[in-house]
Amino acid sequence: MYKYDQYDQAMVDARVEEFRDQARRRLEGKLTEDQFKPLRLMNGLYLQLHAYMLRVAIPYGTLDSRQMHALADIADKYDRGYGHFTTRQNIQYNWIKLEDAADILADLSKVEMHAIQTSGNCIRNISSDHFAGAAADEVVDPRPYAELLRQWSSFHPEFSYLPRKFKIAVIASDTDRAAMRLHDIGIQIVQNDAGDLGAAFYVGGGMGRTPMIAPCINAFVPLDRLVTYAEACLRVYNRYGRRDNKYKARIKILVHELGAEEYARQVEEEFAHMLDQGVEPPFAELERIRTFFEDPLFEADASSDIDRSDPDFALWVDRNTVAHKADGYASAVISLKPVGGIPGDATAEQMRLMADLAKDYSFDELRVMHTQNIVLPHVRKADLHALWTALDEAGLGAPNLDTVEDIIACPGLDYCSLANARSIPVAQRISERFAKTGKTETLGQLKLKISGCINACGHHHAGHIGILGVDRKGVENYQLLLGGSEAEDVSLAKITGPGFDEHGIVDAVETVTTVYEREREDGERFLDTYRRIGMNPFKEALYG
Amino acid sequence: MAELLRYRDDEMVDHPAVTVDAFLDQSNAGAVRIEPGDDARDLLPHLERLALVEVNFPAFGDGRGYSSARILREAGYDGELRAVGDVLVDQLAYMRRCGFDAFEPDQQLNKDDVQAAFERWPEVYQSAADDRTPIWTKRHA
Repeated sequence: MYKYDQYDQAMVDARVEEFRDQARRRLEGKLTEDQFKPLRLMNGLYLQLHAYMLRVAIPYGTLDSRQMHALADIADKYDRGYGHFTTRQNIQYNWIKLEDAADILADLSKVEMHAIQTSGNCIRNISSDHFAGAAADEVVDPRPYAELLRQWSSFHPEFSYLPRKFKIAVIASDTDRAAMRLHDIGIQIVQNDAGDLGAAFYVGGGMGRTPMIAPCINAFVPLDRLVTYAEACLRVYNRYGRRDNKYKARIKILVHELGAEEYARQVEEEFAHMLDQGVEPPFAELERIRTFFEDPLFEADASSDIDRSDPDFALWVDRNTVAHKADGYASAVISLKPVGGIPGDATAEQMRLMADLAKDYSFDELRVMHTQNIVLPHVRKADLHALWTALDEAGLGAPNLDTVEDIIACPGLDYCSLANARSIPVAQRISERFAKTGKTETLGQLKLKISGCINACGHHHAGHIGILGVDRKGVENYQLLLGGSEAEDVSLAKITGPGFDEHGIVDAVETVTTVYEREREDGERFLDTYRRIGMNPFKEALYG
Repeated sequence: MAELLRYRDDEMVDHPAVTVDAFLDQSNAGAVRIEPGDDARDLLPHLERLALVEVNFPAFGDGRGYSSARILREAGYDGELRAVGDVLVDQLAYMRRCGFDAFEPDQQLNKDDVQAAFERWPEVYQSAADDRTPIWTKRHA
């Protein structure tokens, strides 16, 4: 794991004092709310329906047990004893007082954490593959590149007042576990025929009102030019991104309007100029960062045997553990999707337990998934039963990774001032329905994603089944979408037809799964069947 | 109009800045004002006759002026680079890093707050248009 040196620590500490000063000036009336808003947003502080919300950065989703304990302590000390893990691998607290915010940032800085650029029209916290460093299929660990870009983008003087927010994801395998092509910049670390590593840049993806899949604008940027190329991408965006209409201000609109080729041409022109400006870090810095992400000391002779005599445990192993690059190890997913629960929420007690289990069983490391679950990346197979037993006793043993119960949901109208409809109760009713009918397991992989408004924080465009909450004449109404994917087979979901009320949408989801069960051929996921047979059979069942 | 904050010792330009279009049409102006929609690169062939470039920030949240400033400095412009308009204390440090060396805010800024803003950051992570050494260079010096 990356560790701060005196420089990193000094920067985070300076930020805490800067924010403390800004909050003081706001409370004294020296800053207007309009002036304060972008400043607090760049420190992760939103004003929501009922209170301030603080979003804490978890760079590339990686944290250790000490940090997870600190997050639990913040939940107890400043909030209501819980936190919410988000789709960008962060955590947010929903009941924060402005007066406490600087103290929370100071508590975070003691464990090398912060809330820098978790909101606002700037380069946001950088996300990555939650199985980085553990996945059997990765070219390299993508996190050193994400860390390099974290440093580059932190307090960037030119790119802190962009047209709109800017999200970057970095992966390093052909399997995309980070929704890479649905980011403003998606970077895939690749290896060319000569064996050299480079970065493929995908620019102009995103969800929101106008979902777009990012086109590749450069298939191989050498690693010793990574920062310079990113700088060129941002400069072209800062110059031409629209400022007249916030709904057209994301880079996806610019790339779409210019065309990927013309955008790429302008980036190349800027890049050629920037190469002479000396903005690239010394390559030794990348090498320094890499040393923090070296493999832990895996046991060479760790056993791959798993005692599957307990069927509940065997189901959890099948569902929630993932192949690891080291023999005798697995990555274990802790589901934050208990049946009827709030997707992504964890209590302070659960956070502490997960932290302690990471220390005991996973080389002191945890990951936050964009699907709002937690990973213990490096668990000996021999320890899985003990791990599962402890999780199950704490209500964290749900065996439902990537199933219809593993729902991504935004906070929705229960918390969010932008929402048109509630997301959480819909997620709760759906997981209850499928748990009750027992269909969860037989449906296999089925990614269901719910957003409470068109801004798409719940990734509904990328759901095998997506749900979008809208306001219809003052009543919550839910549109159903089918056929999206955030993975390497990325696609955007399509709306089935007229929406449903909050009970009808649960029935509608069940109806489309029935069509799938009827139509599926061997080995097909829901998504595969949809792609083969198209929308019509589903429409007929829903509206026929 | 609030007080001008100027961090250079040379003589001030004594005539008002003209628009980029007007500047490109006439040869004798030594001062120009860039609006957010202007392309600073249009000025690059004429830098030797410029002594003052004003970059207007009609609203502080419109960050195009940061790129304009840095582009001019990267091209070697060493005359006065003045941020004018909705220039607030919390943006000063980044503006300075992008090459601004004068500030003409619409509203008077508190002197102590200005000083605190310039002294805030003990280090910088990345290169910009100032002469500060990035952390990653110091680490490997």
